[in-house]
Amino acid sequence: MIRSFKKRIGALVTVGPTMLWLGLFLMIPLVYVIGMSFLTKNAYGGVDFKFTLSNYSALFSKEYVKVFADSLWLSLETTIICLIVGYPFAYIIANAPKKWKPALVLLLMLPFWTNSLIRTYGWNTLLRTEGIINHFLQGIGLIDKPLNMLYTDGAVLLGMVYALLPFTVLPLHTSIEKLDKSLLEASSDLGASRVHTFIRVILPLTMPGIFAGSIQTFIPSLGFFFISDMMGGAKTMYIGNLIKNQFLSARNWPLGAVLSIVLIVITLVLMKLYTRVGSLEDMA
Amino acid sequence: MNKTQGNDVIVRISDVDKSFDGERVVKKLNLDVERGEFLTMLGPSGCGKTTTLRMIAGFEVPTSGQIFLEGEDVDDKKPYERNVNTVFQNYALFPHMNVFDNIAFGLVEKKVKKDEIRRRVEEMIRLVQLDGMEKRMPAQMSGGQKQRVAIARALVNRPKVLLLDEPLGALDLKLRKQMQGELKALQRRLGITFIYVTHDQEEALTMSDRIAVMNRGRLEQVGTPEQVYNHPETKFVADFIGESNIIEGYVENMTEDSIEVTMESGKAVIPETGYRMEEMVYLCIRPENLKISTEEKEGFRFRGQVREHIFIGSTNKTMIEMPNGQMLKSVTPAEDELIPTGTTVNVYWNPGKAVVMRTKEEQIYNVIEQSVEIEGMRNDQIF
Repeated sequence: MIRSFKKRIGALVTVGPTMLWLGLFLMIPLVYVIGMSFLTKNAYGGVDFKFTLSNYSALFSKEYVKVFADSLWLSLETTIICLIVGYPFAYIIANAPKKWKPALVLLLMLPFWTNSLIRTYGWNTLLRTEGIINHFLQGIGLIDKPLNMLYTDGAVLLGMVYALLPFTVLPLHTSIEKLDKSLLEASSDLGASRVHTFIRVILPLTMPGIFAGSIQTFIPSLGFFFISDMMGGAKTMYIGNLIKNQFLSARNWPLGAVLSIVLIVITLVLMKLYTRVGSLEDMA
Repeated sequence: MNKTQGNDVIVRISDVDKSFDGERVVKKLNLDVERGEFLTMLGPSGCGKTTTLRMIAGFEVPTSGQIFLEGEDVDDKKPYERNVNTVFQNYALFPHMNVFDNIAFGLVEKKVKKDEIRRRVEEMIRLVQLDGMEKRMPAQMSGGQKQRVAIARALVNRPKVLLLDEPLGALDLKLRKQMQGELKALQRRLGITFIYVTHDQEEALTMSDRIAVMNRGRLEQVGTPEQVYNHPETKFVADFIGESNIIEGYVENMTEDSIEVTMESGKAVIPETGYRMEEMVYLCIRPENLKISTEEKEGFRFRGQVREHIFIGSTNKTMIEMPNGQMLKSVTPAEDELIPTGTTVNVYWNPGKAVVMRTKEEQIYNVIEQSVEIEGMRNDQIF
């Protein structure tokens, strides 16, 4: 009796706080959001406790489908550019002399320690019509009129790539660093030029890193809203903005809940895919 | 068949020096490898043998000096431009390719026609006895099988020279012995020049046409296994290859056809000439040549005490302690009668079975080498 009681106390003390934390901050909000998605919005920005599926059917309206398509497309673009920019970056870090490595990784991580909102403001000062870049280009006489850079789709993409690049580079770096250097020597020894070695050996063997980096970039990029707000002038609506708006300005909480659930489902599917590929990798 | 008699040099290493971060790992190396021979580079770890191999392959560039492949200076040739192939210590098989694709890798690079690739790869798979394993991935294979794939992957390109970097190091003893035989047979059959790096002296003795013994970046001796074993030129070679009793002494007396060497523990007459009086020498006597007896032997005044007998299967090893504390080893057939421990015995050997090595040169050499390191000067500025 006493022993089993002691055991229970032990379990409660060790696992209890975590369970409490998860319950309070994950389970309850999640159940709350799911519940909310079936309620009806009333005229005053609150909800009536009346069951409905209309929030879900609203998803299939043209404008929301377009928002999802735009979001997925932007995330895809961001991911691909991050890969193209990040791969050489990761390769250089992974192959840098030992004494340089910590400094290079630090440089990569440094932006993480600054608030991302503030960093995005930084881009604003650079890009806007009266900004540093335009001043400079006009100063050296390369252009007459200031370039219209901020509040374009290109600016949003730039901001996204900037914010998410470390998420791509870190898994790539891990993957490239794990690469057995003697394989590259073997490839060269067997007559493969550098380009061929890259295509036939390095690229296939760093696929897990490419995949991990893509997923880890793609998922957060779906939810980012402040970059498109601040650098895109909220011209194009993305999922993140839409959800934010439903909760804060439009005060249509049920619809916001439904959109959040869709985002969570997309994320879970991608995560599942990620762990699946991960375990396949371990088997090989 | 002794191929070392020919004079067809396929690899020439000429005055090659290699430093990493200011540390010289290969020092003024000169070595000719002849076409079709099995040459082993033997030495302890860190002696520069692997670095030398990697310079021939093109993975490292000599700090100074030249390497010639078939008479051509390959200084500016990348590894993929050299007609040599390497079998790596850890095999370095491509983990994402099956056996067939691994072996075909080099042929695909050479843009060989598909059906010819198939024919040549299959021929190789048969040669290394991996029939039916074409579709296996490296992760599904044992060390010995991976080794065969690595050898096939290199040989399928018909290299002028095959470089092997401790290829059997990761295998267990039994498999290693079997692979030694197979490798040697393969080399004989194909007639390809093998340059083989190992720290295992037994492996070197059984497989090689010639052995190049290296120590601390220098070549100590190059010769056939028989020469290196029976006529070591330096103390290092005598010590490193096989077991040896090495005894320090000096020439005290000379006759027309012999010298008398005085050691701390006694004296011995040795039928050698060409030494100066008072010259410091090392005597090297293999344990199987070192004999003990309770009777006095002519020409020897060299007494010790039997300390221990160690039974090693077909032989017995007897440890004899000399007055100065040095332990000598004598190996006798197991059926021979043993002299009880504690007995005072006379140590002797058959005339001609002791190798005399000069020490002076080596000492001078070492002094110069040290001063070179102190002053940061290069060797060739002194010699």
